[in-house]
Amino acid sequence: MAEDNSKTNLPPLSLHVPEPKYRPGDTVDYSDVTIPRAGDQPRPDVNSAPAAMREMVYDMVRVLDDDYKAVGPWDPKLSDDTLLKMLKTMAQVRAFDDRLHRMQRQGKTSFYMKCTGEEATSVAAAMALDSDDMCFPSYRQQGILFVRGYPMVEMINQIFSNREDKLKGRQLPIMYCSRRLGFFSISGNLATQYPQAVGWAMASAAKGDTRIAATWCGEGSTAEGDFHSAMTFATVYNAPIIMNVVNNQWAISSFSGFAGGERTTFAARAAGYGIAGLRVDGNDPLAVYAATQWAAERARTNNGPTLIEHFTYRADAHSTSDDPSAYRSAQEREEWPLGDPITRLKRHLIHRGVWSKEQHEALDKECIEAVKVATKEAEKNGILGHGLHQPFETMFQDVFEEMPWHLKEQSEQANKEREIKWPDAEASK
Amino acid sequence: MTTMNMIEAINSGLDNMMARDDDVVIMGEDVGYFGGVFRATAGLQEKHGKTRCFDTPISECGIIGVAVGMAAYGMRPVPEIQFADYIYPGLDQLVSEAARLRYRSAAEFTSAITVRSPFGGGIFGGQTHSQSPESMFTHVCGLKTVIPSTPYDAKGLLISAIEDNDPVMFFEPKRIYNGPFTGYYDKPVEPWSKFEASEVPEDYYKIPIGKANIVREGEAVTVLAYGTMVHVANAVVEEHGIDAEVIDLRTLVPLDIDTIEESVKKTGRCLIIHEATRTSGFGAELSALVQERCFYHLEAPIERVTGFDTPYPHSLEWAYFPGPVRIGEALDKIVGELTS
Repeated sequence: MAEDNSKTNLPPLSLHVPEPKYRPGDTVDYSDVTIPRAGDQPRPDVNSAPAAMREMVYDMVRVLDDDYKAVGPWDPKLSDDTLLKMLKTMAQVRAFDDRLHRMQRQGKTSFYMKCTGEEATSVAAAMALDSDDMCFPSYRQQGILFVRGYPMVEMINQIFSNREDKLKGRQLPIMYCSRRLGFFSISGNLATQYPQAVGWAMASAAKGDTRIAATWCGEGSTAEGDFHSAMTFATVYNAPIIMNVVNNQWAISSFSGFAGGERTTFAARAAGYGIAGLRVDGNDPLAVYAATQWAAERARTNNGPTLIEHFTYRADAHSTSDDPSAYRSAQEREEWPLGDPITRLKRHLIHRGVWSKEQHEALDKECIEAVKVATKEAEKNGILGHGLHQPFETMFQDVFEEMPWHLKEQSEQANKEREIKWPDAEASK
Repeated sequence: MTTMNMIEAINSGLDNMMARDDDVVIMGEDVGYFGGVFRATAGLQEKHGKTRCFDTPISECGIIGVAVGMAAYGMRPVPEIQFADYIYPGLDQLVSEAARLRYRSAAEFTSAITVRSPFGGGIFGGQTHSQSPESMFTHVCGLKTVIPSTPYDAKGLLISAIEDNDPVMFFEPKRIYNGPFTGYYDKPVEPWSKFEASEVPEDYYKIPIGKANIVREGEAVTVLAYGTMVHVANAVVEEHGIDAEVIDLRTLVPLDIDTIEESVKKTGRCLIIHEATRTSGFGAELSALVQERCFYHLEAPIERVTGFDTPYPHSLEWAYFPGPVRIGEALDKIVGELTS
């Protein structure tokens, strides 16, 4: 190496590796997290230029104040019935999650993922869309299916991969799909749905349709290249789409700093693309509804895409294969400054005088009972690992529209093996 | 009938399908106003409008991902990837999404896209304008792979691909866009107009996917090739006066196994030729299938003539390219000393 003394006086460079503030056992103190006062945020016109609403991406749209009143220009002024439906749907989602999580523990299925604490980001958002708008969800928006009336039994059939599973046992539990309800097939590959949703929205626009698309990903997935390509295509073609980033602070064990959240917000990504960006209190169902409604109107009137960051907290484990006590303080969940979306809406409705503690207790019981009934119904169709639920040919169908010779040969092989491996198995039909 | 080179035939196929089906849309880098860097989409935007044929950002994962979403809506996108060498950023969308959408949704959603991409070498394209990545796609269940070798086939196969409800990888051998290349790099290439296969109907017609074409009948050896190598193989066997049966596979997946099997059982010998690198190339699959199905008919080991297992070089192109000398040596091994 050549001798060079010119840099001997410079400090050595250092690599910054982000570190979350709290690890297991640490005392959590959220006092440095800026939570703006509810109602303080301006509500721009839906045709506002993205550049004119840049402050929105660092602010936080909030409607429910500390006294559980709905305040400010973002109050969507929903009817009692709509709010009650929202509350009931979120409660049902939570009861569903709790029970299906337990069923995984009981060995009735291989896998489950809860959305505890994030129910508003799918339920309130889906309620603000038209029922024929197309959703491209990630794996933590089961609330959309509840809003759109997908039967719980069908969901559980899929989770159990049983003989009534519409996806024929091909997909990992919770990777639902319903074309009828505008719920796109969930993929295990993160963020792939983002450019697909933009493509769907572009097709709708190219065809002169009136439907719009909405997509969701976690803040961790925004680091994928597909996020960037989707944002680029969305702005280039002014696609009628709502792009939701559910910032629940954690991507499995990685805190949001590893997705680039230490120095900016995820909503701020929008500004660089010339896309309207909103940052929303994701545990405030009214704020989520209002922001979605704003973005939907913007898209529907050909004013283009919106990126919405839902600031929330993943209250539970990443999945049934995860133990968050190994990487984060258990106190985080308790101390989370934005509280719990169901509790907040419940108190708002009590404050409005249309709901009571007793009614809510009864609702919770009702929800638990409804899931029990559904699981019992689904169990009649079998659970994972108990019986050969699908005819073996189904493994080879739908790879292509028509089965080519090589798959026919392999299908015959599988059926031959069946006779040897499971000679006494009952017919799978 | 009109005389067309391969570019014009592809353009005509796209034009036919756009006129026939409002759901067919073309998208890719430079495909719109400019008409494509190889002119394959020339005039289509002007004729069919900007929402039917449009330029895209330089983002292969975006192009394929957006096409999958448009297909989920119900359209029939025909995305172009400017060079097959640049398809890799779109690989996740192709492998994890386009190929599996029908399967994982139990056919509720499908991905009827046709990915057009110029591929292959012989043009001094160096490392990133010469690759033949077909085996990266033939290995993916749920994708079909089609490679034409003449203008007539290119149009007929492209129309079939666009109408197919499965995702199709449509690789266009850019070496033979203007005329068939015989592997003799020091001889001038004759234009397609001098060959019968350049007679292309202006209207709609189809060539079925999954059907090979016996371009030359023979008894001594079966030669399996596709794309540019069909012409190279043909020239070499003609030159040496070998009674070879040359089969243009046209579709790699689903493969026309019956035609292959019948031919090898007749000839007892098999030579496989492709430009792509050797290890785990599509030739390995062909060789295994022939060995499994024609073992008792084989009179000599199956031979493979392929590109070497190196990145595609620039200056040593003709040392790399699996041309007449390498093919001649392989034929020597299989059918004995060549006469000329």
